[in-house]
Amino acid sequence: MSIRSVRSLSRALKPGLDARHIRPPPARYGGRHTVTLIPGDGIGPELVSHVSELFRFCCVPVDFEVVAVDSTMDSEDDINNAIMAIRRNGVALKGNIETNHNLPPSFKSRNNLLRTTLDLYANVMHCRSVPGVRTRHKNIDIMIIRENTEGEYSSLEHENVPGVVECLKIITRTKSLRIADFAFRTAREKGRSRVTAVHKANIMKLADGLFLECCKEVASGYPEINFDSMIVDNTTMQLVSRPQQFDVMVMPNLYGNVVSNVCAGLVGGPGLVPGANFGEDYAVFETGTRNTGKSIANRNTANPTAMLLASCLLLDHLKLHAYASMIRRAILSTVTETGLHTADLGGRGSTSEVVQSIMNAIQSTGPLTLKT
Amino acid sequence: MSSNVWRSMLSPVIRAVKRSSSSFSRGIQTVTLIPGDGIGPEISCAVMKIFEAAKAPIAWEERNVTAIKGPGGKWMIPPDAKESMDRNKIGLKGPLKTPIAAGHPSMNLLLRKTFDLYANVRPCVSIEGYKTPYTDVNLVTIRENTEGEYSGIEHVIVDGVVQSIKLITEDASRRIAEYAFEYARNNQRNSVTAVHKANIMRMSDGLFLRKCREVAENFKDIKFTEMYLDTVCLNMVQDPTQFDVLVMPNLYGDILSDLCAGLIGGLGVTPSGNIGANGVAIFESVHGTAPDIAGLDMANPTALLLSAVMMLRHMGLHAHGQKIQTACFDTIRDKKVLTKDLGGNSKCSEFTAEICRRVQDLE
Repeated sequence: MSIRSVRSLSRALKPGLDARHIRPPPARYGGRHTVTLIPGDGIGPELVSHVSELFRFCCVPVDFEVVAVDSTMDSEDDINNAIMAIRRNGVALKGNIETNHNLPPSFKSRNNLLRTTLDLYANVMHCRSVPGVRTRHKNIDIMIIRENTEGEYSSLEHENVPGVVECLKIITRTKSLRIADFAFRTAREKGRSRVTAVHKANIMKLADGLFLECCKEVASGYPEINFDSMIVDNTTMQLVSRPQQFDVMVMPNLYGNVVSNVCAGLVGGPGLVPGANFGEDYAVFETGTRNTGKSIANRNTANPTAMLLASCLLLDHLKLHAYASMIRRAILSTVTETGLHTADLGGRGSTSEVVQSIMNAIQSTGPLTLKT
Repeated sequence: MSSNVWRSMLSPVIRAVKRSSSSFSRGIQTVTLIPGDGIGPEISCAVMKIFEAAKAPIAWEERNVTAIKGPGGKWMIPPDAKESMDRNKIGLKGPLKTPIAAGHPSMNLLLRKTFDLYANVRPCVSIEGYKTPYTDVNLVTIRENTEGEYSGIEHVIVDGVVQSIKLITEDASRRIAEYAFEYARNNQRNSVTAVHKANIMRMSDGLFLRKCREVAENFKDIKFTEMYLDTVCLNMVQDPTQFDVLVMPNLYGDILSDLCAGLIGGLGVTPSGNIGANGVAIFESVHGTAPDIAGLDMANPTALLLSAVMMLRHMGLHAHGQKIQTACFDTIRDKKVLTKDLGGNSKCSEFTAEICRRVQDLE
């Protein structure tokens, strides 16, 4: 039964598709792509405006359709408009939308709504040590693949008896198989040798047990990749003492939240790591740790690296690899220069200085820039 | 008139003396010792030796807690162990083997249920001499230990869909919040941070947060903040010095307390205490049984020793606790006699003897 389910899954995802098995949206209107842009709250709007600025400077054939989502509004019209725009364009770049956790449970987290409605089942975060950024650990290269739609984030809660609240964590076989397959496929394509499943099946025997079982089933179809598993508390302990031992990690939603934030912290903080959310038909790119950054909003001190690297992932997804590599090279050369580090990396540079330096780096390397 | 005044002045003094007299009746306090499995017996022996060298007024009562099937088919701990614990109220426990498929639940779980150990306290302090990438860590994680995600309530809805229930109750949340603030006050800590994910789990973590806020009202001298779990994780690995006391529900507590243990050097050097209702407190080492080095005199007793020091502090025997802790830290800082996991190649008995020697020197 297990091998059959794996085979049927891979048959459903037809061969001949690209690395992430997502069909990129066709270019329209004379070779220019349209991408939905959701500014979000906090530092989101300024960061995405830098992305537009940079794209315009580099003459990237991408037009942004901006959809604002007001997190304070009671009705869900805003987020539904955003979802419709993403369905139309197939790809989006977004800032984090604030969720006021003091509001009643009927007000759902907008980010979560977006992810579950569009079925963006895989969240991928690639944490790599960046030369030039001072961290306690070196040579980290971990790819975190996190199930993005179910698990603890199902938002199913009820209070049967006053004072006793139950929150349901849902794990299903189909979604677990799907994310495990995504993880192994990605590992194979990127030439990674080991996949570690993170779980707590010693305590949550049925739920995480099912997840682990699905991972094992899928692993049997990828014999060249080593598969092992680790309990989540041991994982966090190992991450802070010896993070170099990890390669690709796959896990359910909540553990993914914890592990991805720990790894982001290990390589230098929330300002450096981009994140990508993939579904069957849609892809949404954002910063890896999804911070709103309310306290540093509009002060020109936020680190634009994460959002700019996310935009490079976007360009790769649209098969505009030349632009993606050009911008990525410029970003990495700027970040290694410690003089331009923003406050989160311990420096005193401003966001606009960093973006300007990236633009200068691009201008000196390639012909594809706007003459200013 | 004056006799009334005297009585009202004396009554708090008498009350305090009565409180402390229970621990000093006959001078020696009896503590239930559960050696455990694997390296458990060796390290328990080491701790007993060190306590003897420090002349701590502790008498040990050894008990075994392997689960037995009681009347009615329910698994329970042996009645003599339970009776001893109820009498002594304080226990020290070594590592227990959790069998994967033995039919009975994990022993730790059984102990927790039997004595209603609702709070797990893990102070994480960087050990001078045991170098990790993180220095100056000084925080305490207080984890709710009875409910939350570990309620063990799971169902298969249909084939291929499993639900696991996370339970948060008002009483348990209030109890743990009260314990956290009292701990902060008694140990001169400045702030308590509640860790939650109320943006996603609005009702459950929202309830936990509300209770923490309510309790914070009664402890105005302690600063109270709330932080998302992912933000705590992110900041913890970048700058752990910004945290003081952290209070949280079960799962987050499990992950974060192990994360903090990793910051200071792992489970081999981390103490831990479980506080229960009715004044019961069991202090334990949280590492595994290490069956591969059991019986080879290679084990590191530091975790159990530091937990025993926590126990002494809990009982009010601060002087003895400080003496033993200083001896232990001095030995590690000196680096001359260290067990293998700390980077040396001495035996457990040599390490123990060195600490005993230092304790006696500190007299």
